[in-house]
Amino acid sequence: MATQILLKNIDVPGLTDIHVYKGLGGYSALEKALKNFTPDQVTEEVKKSGLRGRGGAGFPTGMKWGFIDKQSEKPRYLVCNYDESEPGTFKDRYIGELNPHQLIEGMIIGSYALGAKSAYIYIRGELFYVIKIIEKAIQEAYKNGLLGNNILGSDYSLDLYCHPGAGAYICGEETALLESLEGKRGNPRIKPPFPAIVGLYDCPTVVNNVETIAALPWIITNGSAAYSAIGIGNSKGTKLISACGHINKPGIYEIELGLPVEEFIYSDEYCGGIINGNKLKAVVAGGSSVPILPAELILKTAAGEPRLMSYESLAEGGFKTGTMMGSGGFIVMDHTTCIVKNLLTFARFYRHESCGQCSPCREGTSWMEKILMRIEGGQGTMKDIDLLVNIAKHVEGNTICPLGDAAAWPVASAILHFREEFEEHVKLQKCPF
Amino acid sequence: MPLLKVTIDNVEIEVEAGTTIMNAARQVGGHIVPPAMCYYSKLEGSGGKCRTCLVRVAQGSAKDPRPMPKLVASCRTLVQDGMVVENTTSPEAMDSRQAITEFLLINHPLDCPVCDQAGECHLQDLSYVHGLEETRTVEERRVFKPIDIGDKIKLHMNRCILCYRCVMVADQITDKRVHGVLGRGDHSEISTHIQQAVDNDFSGNMIDVCPVGALTDNTFRFKSRVWFMKPFDANRNCTKCSGKVVLWMKGEELLRVTGRKDKYGELEEFICNDCRFDHKMVTDWTIEGPRAIERHSVISQNHYGKQ
Ligand SMILES: Cc1cc2nc3c(=O)[nH]c(=O)nc-3n(C[C@H](O)[C@H](O)[C@H](O)COP(=O)(O)O)c2cc1C
Ligand code: SF4
Ligand code: SF4
Ligand code: FES
Repeated sequence: MATQILLKNIDVPGLTDIHVYKGLGGYSALEKALKNFTPDQVTEEVKKSGLRGRGGAGFPTGMKWGFIDKQSEKPRYLVCNYDESEPGTFKDRYIGELNPHQLIEGMIIGSYALGAKSAYIYIRGELFYVIKIIEKAIQEAYKNGLLGNNILGSDYSLDLYCHPGAGAYICGEETALLESLEGKRGNPRIKPPFPAIVGLYDCPTVVNNVETIAALPWIITNGSAAYSAIGIGNSKGTKLISACGHINKPGIYEIELGLPVEEFIYSDEYCGGIINGNKLKAVVAGGSSVPILPAELILKTAAGEPRLMSYESLAEGGFKTGTMMGSGGFIVMDHTTCIVKNLLTFARFYRHESCGQCSPCREGTSWMEKILMRIEGGQGTMKDIDLLVNIAKHVEGNTICPLGDAAAWPVASAILHFREEFEEHVKLQKCPF
Repeated sequence: MPLLKVTIDNVEIEVEAGTTIMNAARQVGGHIVPPAMCYYSKLEGSGGKCRTCLVRVAQGSAKDPRPMPKLVASCRTLVQDGMVVENTTSPEAMDSRQAITEFLLINHPLDCPVCDQAGECHLQDLSYVHGLEETRTVEERRVFKPIDIGDKIKLHMNRCILCYRCVMVADQITDKRVHGVLGRGDHSEISTHIQQAVDNDFSGNMIDVCPVGALTDNTFRFKSRVWFMKPFDANRNCTKCSGKVVLWMKGEELLRVTGRKDKYGELEEFICNDCRFDHKMVTDWTIEGPRAIERHSVISQNHYGKQ
């Protein structure tokens, strides 16, 4: 059994209650941080742990905290990104629903490191049942002297707020999130400046994913060395993977980074193999935005090495033969899956969720969806396939925020690896599945 | 403060720190200036959206000579000392500009023959230079019904390129913000939400900042093609604005009043609705003389000194 950092106590009944959480050693990491560490020492621990952002980009967390402008007279903020809306990714909701105090403890530790006096959990509105749980937990933390003035008798004070969004995927992009948190339309900001310099209310701000923050208490309790002892290469610690699709055991798993993909898919400890003994066809390994890979390339790299669940190994081969860790949404497709239809579903999502600010994404996403609709509906032409590739190429890299790339990569990679299937749709003038 | 040296399409210039690539290029003028469909120097926070002004930065600065990994929006990227920028000299930037032009056109109704903006439309200019000869799309375009926003302004959402300029005018120039963007993505629209009248002293400037024919002047609608009119600089004593305008005359008849636009199509000054909509008698105005018209396509065809 892999080390469990995030899900260790997840099955303990009543864990959402602060007393149960405390009974299992909860909030002792906070106490340790406040008593034994200066804020900079906490940052240093996080740096040494090798923890990387779990929201998608995998940016080293300690380094991100280091960018915060501590010279500025302005207040600083820590914001937790709980917008989780990527198709295939459903890991964060689990933490808030079942172990909210772990998130809150992490928020306090992170805020202490950054010197924030206020912190926010920005949560997608559809998770209304989780919002209730988190709000209750925040109240409990206040009552127990863990939030508010002079936390645990120290001279550190913090207010923590839970702010529901209105349910837009784009508000997961960190600058759109900040706009939305400020009460504005959730359009991504043009960067630079980055949030570490100009963030919430124009103040220095760090935005971190739920899972990133939830790992902090363990790192403080057990030390950075223990955390970085888990994993492989520059992929340290554990990662939540939400696995779905044609597998026997869909669900949320905490893996040690470096686990072979093959083991993850086929072992009984994890996905338990493909349903009905079917053949694995393709995997989208990190949420709908990352390139799709056919079975041969997800199990082994182009060089014939076993592919591992790590940032480096999944990315090996670049766009041609690799993919990305992304946010850990692991979508498995068996041989009965129509790649074109699946892509159309993704394309529809991105068209619907584009904020519409910049022309390549606004127009490109809807154009791609319309073409895919025709191909899947049996009215496509061979030219359409190349046109799709061409549109994706002109969306990618030309937009304000990475949603444009996220919409382009699935199209480009599906055609790269499964072109025959698109051609078959055109030749037959219908979907062969 | 020491000046920063920047090279754009092999032209070297020195500019103050804090200048964008776009504005550095505008200091030189000519073909090195990237087209701007959303940036508007008089509107704070404008730019970055349409992506027509993307350029390649071949060298980031003297200190860090690496090229920038992606094309950048010249209207929102600041010049660094020793920066080398390629606009028309970068095949990559030109290729993407062609693509962006196509993106802006795939949902555009191409109803220029019945559009009041024709002849002074930036999208027409852009397509003329960067458009493809044939359309590659067979998809249906998105359609909205034209609506009146207030009694003076007509919104043809079909023609809108979502540059956000009019939203910024509403935010920054008028005293009560009453319109914005509703919805997301290709289904987003400029709206007053409940079609509440846009009614305040400076709202008419939305018409002038709109690069296309999405916002047009109801008091001028279908009266004339712009190239059949003669523009004159004129002024009046106005308590609300400078009173400096352009009168658009057809023969003896005053058909339209607009603000004065510079060679980048930007208003020199915002004018009030009184001047724009309510003074349509030549006798209301002191005429200064014919307006010098520059590149703005067909209008300059007939007459007058060129800028
Ligand atoms: C369109 C889009 C949606 C995103 N959605 C989320 C999200 O739901 N949750 C999240 O943590 N990060 C999301 N991100 C990534 C965030 O912008 C940001 O990188 C992340 O929250 C940083 O946290 P981390 O460093 O802990 O990973 C999204 C990015 C984009 C471009
Ligand atoms: S890339 Fe798409 S989602 Fe991101 S700012 Fe542009 S239009 Fe909005
Ligand atoms: S109506 Fe005109 S000014 Fe307003 S966003 Fe659309 S194109 Fe821009
Ligand atoms: S003018 Fe620069 S992005 Fe529109």
